[in-house]
Amino acid sequence: MVSLRSPLKIVLLGSIGVLMTVWVVENPQDSVVARLVTYDKVWGLLLQHFYLVGASALLAVVTSVPLGIALTRPRLKSWAPRVLALVNVCQTVPSLAVVALSVGFMGVGSRPAIIALWIYALLPILSNTLVGFQEVDPAITEAAHGMGMKAWRVLFRVELPMAASMIMAGIRTAVTITIGSAILAAFVGGGGMGNLIIAGNNISRAQVLVLGAALPVLMALMADLFFEGIEKRAKY
Amino acid sequence: MNFFEFLISRWPTILSLTLEHLFIVFIAMVISVTVGVAVGILITKNQMAARIVLNVTNILMTIPSLALFSLLIPVLGIGKIPAIVGLVAYTQLPIVRNVYTGIMTINPAILEAARGMGLTEKKIMRTIRIPLALPAMMSGIRTATVMGIGIGAIAGYIGAGGLGVYIFQGISRSSDQMVIVGAVLISVISILTDQFLGGVQRKLNR
Amino acid sequence: MIRFENVVKRYPGEATDAVHNLNLEIESGTICMLVGPSGCGKTTTMKMINKLIRPSSGAILIGGRNIDTVDTIELRLSIGYIIQDTGLFPHMTVGENIAVVPGELGWKKDRISSRIDELLDLVDLNPKAFRNKKPNELSGGQKQRVGVARALAGDPPIMLMDEPFGALDPITRARMQDEFLRIQEKIRKTIVFVTHDVEEAIKMGDTIAVLKLGQIVQLSSPMEILSNPSDPFVSELIGGRNSLKMLSLMRCGQIMKTLSPAEVEEARGSPQGILGMKATAQDALSEMLRTGERFIFVEDERHDVVGVLDFENLLERVNRHGITS
Ligand SMILES: Nc1ncnc2c1ncn2[C@@H]1O[C@H](COP(=O)(O)OP(=O)(O)O)[C@@H](O)[C@H]1O
Ligand SMILES: [Mg+2]
Repeated sequence: MVSLRSPLKIVLLGSIGVLMTVWVVENPQDSVVARLVTYDKVWGLLLQHFYLVGASALLAVVTSVPLGIALTRPRLKSWAPRVLALVNVCQTVPSLAVVALSVGFMGVGSRPAIIALWIYALLPILSNTLVGFQEVDPAITEAAHGMGMKAWRVLFRVELPMAASMIMAGIRTAVTITIGSAILAAFVGGGGMGNLIIAGNNISRAQVLVLGAALPVLMALMADLFFEGIEKRAKY
Repeated sequence: MNFFEFLISRWPTILSLTLEHLFIVFIAMVISVTVGVAVGILITKNQMAARIVLNVTNILMTIPSLALFSLLIPVLGIGKIPAIVGLVAYTQLPIVRNVYTGIMTINPAILEAARGMGLTEKKIMRTIRIPLALPAMMSGIRTATVMGIGIGAIAGYIGAGGLGVYIFQGISRSSDQMVIVGAVLISVISILTDQFLGGVQRKLNR
Repeated sequence: MIRFENVVKRYPGEATDAVHNLNLEIESGTICMLVGPSGCGKTTTMKMINKLIRPSSGAILIGGRNIDTVDTIELRLSIGYIIQDTGLFPHMTVGENIAVVPGELGWKKDRISSRIDELLDLVDLNPKAFRNKKPNELSGGQKQRVGVARALAGDPPIMLMDEPFGALDPITRARMQDEFLRIQEKIRKTIVFVTHDVEEAIKMGDTIAVLKLGQIVQLSSPMEILSNPSDPFVSELIGGRNSLKMLSLMRCGQIMKTLSPAEVEEARGSPQGILGMKATAQDALSEMLRTGERFIFVEDERHDVVGVLDFENLLERVNRHGITS
């Protein structure tokens, strides 16, 4: 059921996005909108948005998952609760503040934007990785060790598969949040769909505003469905 | 001008922006909690309504805050009013959801005992369900408030004032100092509020 | 008196009746045990009495009045209700838990307060120490005591108890059973008590209704159930060793031979075992086996020997009930 329904929903959401774009491009309010919203421009901003989200999310995954794994190994285990507490505190910092801080220290452009988004996306993945590994029943890893499996095999064959769905849930949260936060990149010269919203605001054209708001929402909903599917499949 | 001099010369502005920020978020949260708790309680009476309301609040939350605020401008103009409306809409989900699940997920044995003893459903709601749901409600209010502080910064963009103003102005004037002061203050306020409400929540849990 | 008349309960969407054509009369002031394997309809039967479940057909009468004609809330306020998980309200103190029903009944504050003390005393919890405690500060046994006190708070004539001691360890459980019987001697409520434990049913019941697939297969006194199980199902449920179980139902005080003062004089100083009047015949047998003698003496509360019980006496008592298995 789920496996058939969610691709269908994803396609549906995507079509809504396409239809909205087509509608605005073909029926612009006025010449200002016509000049601002073209297929090329929307496509370009979409790609930029993808790039911001993809790059920062990828960075977040490759940094936080290994970090989470390291922090659940016997040698570093005692640090895990403190790191988790710190992560939880950091998660209360608003995304705008993170973006602003990175600009404050690195100036404007897409690089500080990606770094801010990366730091912000790192937190949910790291906390879920830690929790996922901590939730693996110690009796099971003990049994695996007792059977004579090497430590790294226990990690990859037993622990990681069992923690996988929790980690995926973290990635899902991170990606959906990042799609929304990436809008803020427009303020710091990072581009993305935020450009449409800001432009729409500056010229007070509701059409542009709505399109700029709707596309990231649709993206976030699609990503949520997509990762939900993966998360379910990752459940052993 | 170094950072320290900057702080000294601008502190009245910084203070007033901070107070303005707190004021907007406070007003919004008072409304949001009132509405959210009421809605959360009301929808426990009707499953259909609950599903609709939870889905709507869910979708509301995925709308980028910047976009939501911008969309409110044509309707409500710029300033504090659209900011507060936006904040209230945004922070509904955690409150409504937690109130609802808090009330609905009470140990069935307790409810059965209450019914068996002869308490009316109204009385059960008032004396059993709501008191027992308080920690969950508080947790939702905590999440919502911290969210509100962050989103309140974005409301600076639509002329609502607050610390967001410092960030946006700082960016457009390329003043790193303004940007950093705004960002740090918002972060500190978020963290302190979260810790404080966490303490309240723990107290209720006991 | 509680009366079931042709009561049927079928849950929606089920193919069979959970309770099938049940007829049952429970005398005022007695304990009626509903016993049977899990799923046989005990809980369903019991919950129909306080209208937590509505029968599909048939009638239930309390004191001659059909409960359909009684307001649900009013009915429930007049019935004490105790369940296995106690259902104590975790956010209220012990005192507040007990005060709920009296509060609903509109009692005055002083009266409620003294009632709390009285009930805590009754269930053997020190009122000073316990009335301000929260349920999560109590042990399992203490929670059940509070559960009993809470159910008794409004002084209801009827009590419904659904496996109230089911979650307790065996020792606490036995103690709670004894104490509950002691309390019942004072309060004389009409009690419907659900259990899947036959030993408990035999120990606690004035009458026992054995249920199987929603029907009563035997309704009689504990002694009768032990001596004359109506069918193989009941025998199997009892699980053998009936004679020993019967001995546990007889009190030494009831079956002893009284001694004359001269005989008492003679018994004095003899080394035989001595038991109290309330000890069971099973205790007596065990004592005989321990001392290697064929008789024991029975003493009253003042530790004066008043009677004697011998082995032949026990044999005859058990035989009189015509053991069949
Ligand atoms: N709410 C319900 N819906 C459907 N079937 C039920 C419900 N409650 C109980 N039953 C069924 O009715 C039968 C009797 O249940 P119950 O009275 O709880 O048994 P007992 O208390 O003797 O274990 C069981 O087969 C049970 O599965
Ligand atoms: Mg039952």
